[in-house]
Amino acid sequence: MATRIQFENSCEVGVFSKLTNAYCLVAIGGSENFYSMFEAELADAIPVVKTSIAGTRIIGRLCAGNKNGLLLPHTTTDQELQHLRNSLPDQVVVQRIEERLSALGNCIACNDHVALTHPDLDRETEELIADVLGVEVFRQTIAGNILVGSYCAISNRGGLVHPHTSIEDLDELSTLLQVPLVAGTVNRGSEVIAAGMTVNDWTAFCGSDTTATELSVIESVFKLREARPSSIVDEMRKSLIDSYV
Amino acid sequence: MADLSASGMFVPSQTVGTVLCCICGVAMPPNPANMCVRCLRSRVDITEGLTRHAAVVHCPECRSYLQPPRTWIRGLEPESKELLAFCLRRLRLPLRRVRLVHAEFIWTEPHSKRLRLRLRVQAEALHGAILEQSHLVELTVHDRLCDACSRSQANPDQWSAAVQLRQHVSHRRTFFYLEQLILRHSAAARALRIAETDHGLDFFFGSRSHALKFVDFVTGVAPVRSRSDKQLVSHDPKSNLYNYKHTFSVEICPVCREDLICLPPKLANALGNLGPLVLCTKVTNSIALVDPFTLRSAFLDANQFWRSPFKALLTSRQLVEYIVLDVEVESAEVSVGGFRYMLAHAQVARVADFGKNDTMFTIKTHLGHLLNPGDYALGYDLYAANSNDFEIEQHKGLILPEALLVRKSYQEKRSKNRGKARSWKLKSLSMDVDTTSKSRADEEKRNTEYEEFLRDLEENPEMRFNISLYRNKEYQPSEMASTADGEDVPSIPLEELLADLDLSEDEESEEADHMKE
Repeated sequence: MATRIQFENSCEVGVFSKLTNAYCLVAIGGSENFYSMFEAELADAIPVVKTSIAGTRIIGRLCAGNKNGLLLPHTTTDQELQHLRNSLPDQVVVQRIEERLSALGNCIACNDHVALTHPDLDRETEELIADVLGVEVFRQTIAGNILVGSYCAISNRGGLVHPHTSIEDLDELSTLLQVPLVAGTVNRGSEVIAAGMTVNDWTAFCGSDTTATELSVIESVFKLREARPSSIVDEMRKSLIDSYV
Repeated sequence: MADLSASGMFVPSQTVGTVLCCICGVAMPPNPANMCVRCLRSRVDITEGLTRHAAVVHCPECRSYLQPPRTWIRGLEPESKELLAFCLRRLRLPLRRVRLVHAEFIWTEPHSKRLRLRLRVQAEALHGAILEQSHLVELTVHDRLCDACSRSQANPDQWSAAVQLRQHVSHRRTFFYLEQLILRHSAAARALRIAETDHGLDFFFGSRSHALKFVDFVTGVAPVRSRSDKQLVSHDPKSNLYNYKHTFSVEICPVCREDLICLPPKLANALGNLGPLVLCTKVTNSIALVDPFTLRSAFLDANQFWRSPFKALLTSRQLVEYIVLDVEVESAEVSVGGFRYMLAHAQVARVADFGKNDTMFTIKTHLGHLLNPGDYALGYDLYAANSNDFEIEQHKGLILPEALLVRKSYQEKRSKNRGKARSWKLKSLSMDVDTTSKSRADEEKRNTEYEEFLRDLEENPEMRFNISLYRNKEYQPSEMASTADGEDVPSIPLEELLADLDLSEDEESEEADHMKE
C-alpha cells in the first residue's frame, strides 16, 4: 500500500527519509508524526532509525542504499556513522565514501540488483557501489537529467521515472533494470520523483499532495496492492517449489 | 540536435511518451505542469486580476476620446485600429505578467454606449506552463463634452483674442492669396471663427497665445504693422485673476504686386535715387521694387515701409490693354532679384484706340524678352491718367512716360477656353460672410477678382510655390486645348497638383467652390 504523508508541512518526503527492504532511515523532525507513520507501517518488518546525516535532515538526498548496504557521504560525522552501524541489522554494510558529489541520493538510484548513477561519479565510487550494495552499476541519465537519483524511484518490482522520458529511454532503462518502468509524476505534477516519494518492495510513502491518479499509478507500477512482507516470501517459496518440482 | 545529425553522429530517435494527467488521469503528452489543459484551466485562471469593465469618456460633439488627465484624442473611428489601441491603453493590462496575443472588437450597437473587446492573453500558469485564454472586456462610453466643445456650446462667440487683418485697398486679391497660405500651413486651425469684413478678415481665437502665433505667421508672410489692445472683462482681486479680451490689429501694407508707385523723394534718395517711378514685383514679408527704365531693384522690409509709408500711384485694377506694334531690344537679358528682364523700346497702341485713331506711343519697357509685335500687354496709361498723387508733385522736373507696360496679356487666348473647368482647384477657409449688407454687384466683383486670382496663379509659378493646389476630379481634358497654336496659355503642370486625401474636407471645399462659382 502507498501512504500519503507530510514532513513538517513539506510534501517532499523522499528528501527526509530513506526506505529500503532491510531498513528505513527517518530524519529527526520537530514532531513525532512523520516517524510514527513509518513506525506504524514498518515496525514489524524492518528497523526504522531516526538519524541525521552531516547534521542535516535531508538524509534521503545524501545517502544511497539497498538491503545489502548503505553509502554515506564524506560529510557524515563519526557519531552518525557509529549510530547507524549500531542501529542497522548486521548484514547491512554501512560505508562512508570519499566522493566529490556528496549528495549521493541524488546521484545514485538503486534497487537490490542494479544501480543507475550520475555519469560523473569517480571510478572508485563506482567500484564501492558495486561492492557495498552488491549491484551492477550503469552510468545513465533520465530524460536528459544527470541527477538520476532525483528523477526516478525504483524497487525490485517496478520503477517510476521523470514524465518527459521518451519511450526509447524507458525501454533502455527497463532493459537495464529488468523491471517495468512508467513515466509519471508525484505530488500533483511534480517531476522530481525521488524527492516526492520513497518506496521499497511492499510499501511506498508519497507526499500528501499526491493525487489519487498518481497514487494509483504508483501502486500499480510498484505492485503494492498484493504486496506484503510475507507475500514476497510466499512467492519465493512458490518459485522454489516450482523449480524443485 | 540539428548540428549533431549534420556531423554524421548517430542520434537515437526520441518518441514523446504519454503520462497521465495528475488530476483526472487522462493520457496526455507531458507538459511542465503535468496536468491536462482542462484541469489546468479549471484550476488556474490567468485572467484573474485583469480588468473586465472600464469606462472611457467620449465627447459626442467632436467625437474625441479623453486620454486622462486632459488630452482629447480626435479621429478615433469606431472599430478602428487606433480606437483599439486607445482602449487597450485604458485597460492598463499587467503586461509584465500576461502577454497580449490578439485583440478585436465585438460589434455593439452604437446607442448601447458600450465597446466590447475580445482579448487573447498568454500567461504562465504553473511551473512554467504557458496557458492562453480569451478574455472579454466591456468598456462603457460616458458622454461628456470636451472643454472646447462645452465652451462653444455655452456661447459660440466665446473668444478671448481676435486678430483683425486689414488691407486698405479696393480689391481682395491679397486675402485670396493669404487664405491659401493659411490653409497650406494650417495657421488658423485653432481659430474658433473666421469672419469676412470690409477690407479684411477677422480671426477669433480661444486664447491669446493662439492669436499671437497667428500674428507671427502673418508677420512672416506679409509686410504688416500690428498693435494689440486688451479689454478687461472681469477680474477677481482676491485670487489675482484677470480676464481680458485681446484684440490684435494687423494692417497689411497697401502696396500690392504690379502696383505702380511713385516713391517719396526721401525714400527714393535713401534707395540710391531709385525711380521715382517703380513697379512692385513681389510682396512677401518685404516688398520688391524695380525701376522699369533702369532695371535697378530694391527691397523694402516691413519696418522700412512703415517708417515712411506710401501708396500706389496706380493699382492693377487700372491696367489697360495695349497692343504691341514693334519691339526694339536695347540690352541683353538680365536677372534682377530672381526675375528676368530685358530693356527694349516698344511701339504700342491702346487696344481701345486700335483701328479708331492713330495714337501710338513709343515707350521704354522692361519686358523686351516677352513681347513680340502683335502681342497684347497690360500696362498703365499714364498719358490719360489723371493722377493727383501728392508725391509726384514733390519731384521737380519729373517727366512721366506715356505708358508703362507691366505684363504680357493672354486675354485673347484665354477667351477660347472661357467657362471651362480648370484641372485643379483650391481649398477654402470656412468663413462667415455677412450677406445682409452685400449687394449683387459686390458678389460679382468678388467672383471676377477670384477668377483673376486663379489666372494669376496659372501665370506665376512662384506665386503658387507656397500654396497647395488639388487635382479636380471632375475635370476632363479636352483635345482642343492641346492643339493650340505655338505659344500656349500658361497652365499648371499636373505634377504640381496634390491628390486630395481627406474625403470630408474634399466635400467641404467643393461646396465652397460652388459657392464661389
